[in-house]
Amino acid sequence: MAAALLMVLAVAWPARAELKIDITRGTVEPMPIAITDFYGERLEEGQFGIDIATVVSNDLERSGLFKPIDSRAFIQTGESLNSLPRFGDWRVINAQALVQGRTQTMPDGRLKVEFRLWDVFAEQQMVGLAYFTVPKNWRRVAHIIADAIYKRITGEDGYFDTRIVYIAESGKQDRRIKRLAIMDQDGEGHRFLTDGSSLVLTPRFSPTQQEITYLSYHGNLPRVYIFHIDSGRQEVLGEFPGMTYAPRFSPDGKTVIMSAAKDGNSEIYTMDLGTRALKKLTNHSAIDTSPSFSPNGERVVFNSDRGGTQQLYIMDADGNGVTRISHGQGRYATPVWSPRGDLIAFTKMYRGQFYIGVMRTDGSGERLLAEDFLVEAPTWAPNGRVLMFFRKEPTKKDGSGGRSRLFSVDLTGQNEREVITPIDASDPAWSPLIP
Amino acid sequence: MRLKLISMVVAFAFVAACETAPEQSAASSGTGASTSSTSSTTTSSSTTSSATVAPQPQGPQAGSQEDLVVNVGDRVFFGFDKYNLTGEARSVLEKQAAWLKRYPSVTVMIEGHADERGTREYNLGLGDRRANSVKDYLVALGISPGRIKTISYGKERPVALGSNEQAWAQNRRGVTTVTRAAGS
Repeated sequence: MAAALLMVLAVAWPARAELKIDITRGTVEPMPIAITDFYGERLEEGQFGIDIATVVSNDLERSGLFKPIDSRAFIQTGESLNSLPRFGDWRVINAQALVQGRTQTMPDGRLKVEFRLWDVFAEQQMVGLAYFTVPKNWRRVAHIIADAIYKRITGEDGYFDTRIVYIAESGKQDRRIKRLAIMDQDGEGHRFLTDGSSLVLTPRFSPTQQEITYLSYHGNLPRVYIFHIDSGRQEVLGEFPGMTYAPRFSPDGKTVIMSAAKDGNSEIYTMDLGTRALKKLTNHSAIDTSPSFSPNGERVVFNSDRGGTQQLYIMDADGNGVTRISHGQGRYATPVWSPRGDLIAFTKMYRGQFYIGVMRTDGSGERLLAEDFLVEAPTWAPNGRVLMFFRKEPTKKDGSGGRSRLFSVDLTGQNEREVITPIDASDPAWSPLIP
Repeated sequence: MRLKLISMVVAFAFVAACETAPEQSAASSGTGASTSSTSSTTTSSSTTSSATVAPQPQGPQAGSQEDLVVNVGDRVFFGFDKYNLTGEARSVLEKQAAWLKRYPSVTVMIEGHADERGTREYNLGLGDRRANSVKDYLVALGISPGRIKTISYGKERPVALGSNEQAWAQNRRGVTTVTRAAGS
C-alpha cells in the first residue's frame, strides 16, 4: 500500500510566520480556512477532487483548530483557481488560509493529486505537494494532505493518516459479544477482524508492524495474542500456567509487555518477540498490571495496588527503581505514556465518578479532561495532542442502556467529539502514522 | 445431553432469582424464584422436553451442577475491591468442600468476577485473585488442587443487570462450576 503511494514534488516557499495556530494554548479560535474542490478536467477526476476536498475538510474541522468556510460563499471556483488565486475574493469571505488542488488520471492508471496551501493575507504559498497513487487509495492521500496542512500551520505532526483498533460490542450486557474491529481515524473503512466467537479485549497497535496485540478467551483460556492484520493470522504469545493480559508493544515493536497471573498474583513481564525470551519485571503480591513503556523504552509506567489501592508507579525497564507517581485523591488506573514523553494519561476513580486525565511523569500537574459515570482507557494520537477513550452509560435494571461509545478530546480538555462506530465500542487504540 | 440441558435451565433460573431477589416484593411474586420454585421449574421443563422418556426421580442429579446450585450454593460474594472471604463465604465453601468430598470424581472451574466500578485490566487481576481465594480455601479444606481450575472474567460477565449497588454486590462473586459431574 505504501509503495503505491509516492510523493514526487515538494515545493515550499519559506513563508512568513504570521499564519500559525499555537495549539499549546487552552482555547483556540478555529482558523477560517477555505478548502476548494480539487479541480479535475474529466468528470471522474472532478469527483475525486470533490471527495478528497471533503475528507480534508472533515479532518481539519474535527481537529477543532480549523473552521472550514461553507463552499457556497466561495467566489472563485473551478479551473481559474489553478493559475493563481484572486486573494481579494478570499479576503472578502475572511478566509485566512486557502487550499486548492487538482486531480489527474495518468496514462498508467494512477491518480495524481496536487494541492497548494495559501496564506490569503500574505498572498503566499505555504506548502505545495503532489502525490501519485492507485485511485482506490484516494482517501489516504486526502488524510496525508490534511496532515501536511495541519503540520504547516500548527508546527506539529498531524494524526489524520492513522487507524483505530477497538472492541465492537453487541448483545445483552451479561452476554456481551465482543469483536476486534479496525477503521480509519475518521470512521471510514470499518471492518471486523474477529467473528465474536471468543471474548476479546484491550487491543493495541504495534508501532512498527501491521500487528495488534490483544487478549482473547479462545478455548476459554484468557491469553495474550498477536493479530497479523494483513493475513488475519492470530498467534498466542508464549505458554503460561495462567491468564496473560494487559499487553502493549515496546516503542521499537520488538517486545510485548504484559501481566501474567499465577495463583492469584499478577506480575509484569516482557517477552522478546524475536527470541521469545521472557523477563519478569515485578515481584510483589499486589496486582501489577497495565504497563506502558516510555517512548525511549527506558522506563515503564504501570498500575499496582501495592500501596492498598490502585495507583500509578514508574520503574526502569529492568524492573528496578519502582516509584509511585500518583498522589491525588482517588484511585488511578490504565496509565499510558504520551508519545512525546512528557505526560501520562490515566483513568481516575473518585467518589463514584470516573475521569480521564493527564499528569507529568513525576505525578505533578494533574489535569482532568473528561468525567462521567464510566470513562476509561485513554489512548494517544501519535502526535500526543489528542486522546481517545470510551464512555459507557449506566445500565438499567431491565438491561437497557449501557451504551458504550468512543470519544476524542484535545489535550487541553477542549473539543470533545464522538467517534462514530457502527455498533457499541470500547477499548480504542490509536495507530502510529501509517508508514 | 439431557442432563446438560436441565442444568442450563436451572442455572438460568438461579440468575433470574439473583436479579430480582433484593427488592420488588410486589412484582416478584411471579418471577422471583425461590429455591423450591427453581426446582419445580426444572422438573416441569425436564418433563416437557422429554415427554417420551420415563419420568426422572424428583430433584437434581447427585453430583451435578444443579445439585451444587440447589443443595449447596455455587457462589460466594466479595466486598468492593476485596478478595478476602467473608464468614458467610467460608460457610458456603465448607459445604462445597463437603460436597466435593462426597463426589470425588467431580472437577470444577472457579470463575472470579468483578463489578463494573473498576477498570478492565485491574478487574481481570482482581477476578483472578477472587477465584484463587476460593480455590485456596477449598484446597485448605482438603480438596485436591488438581480438581480445581480457575478463570477470571473481570467485569465482562455480570450476572445482575443494572448500574446499582445491589447488582454490583451480586456481580463481585466467585462461582463454582462443575466441569465434570459425578458419574459422567
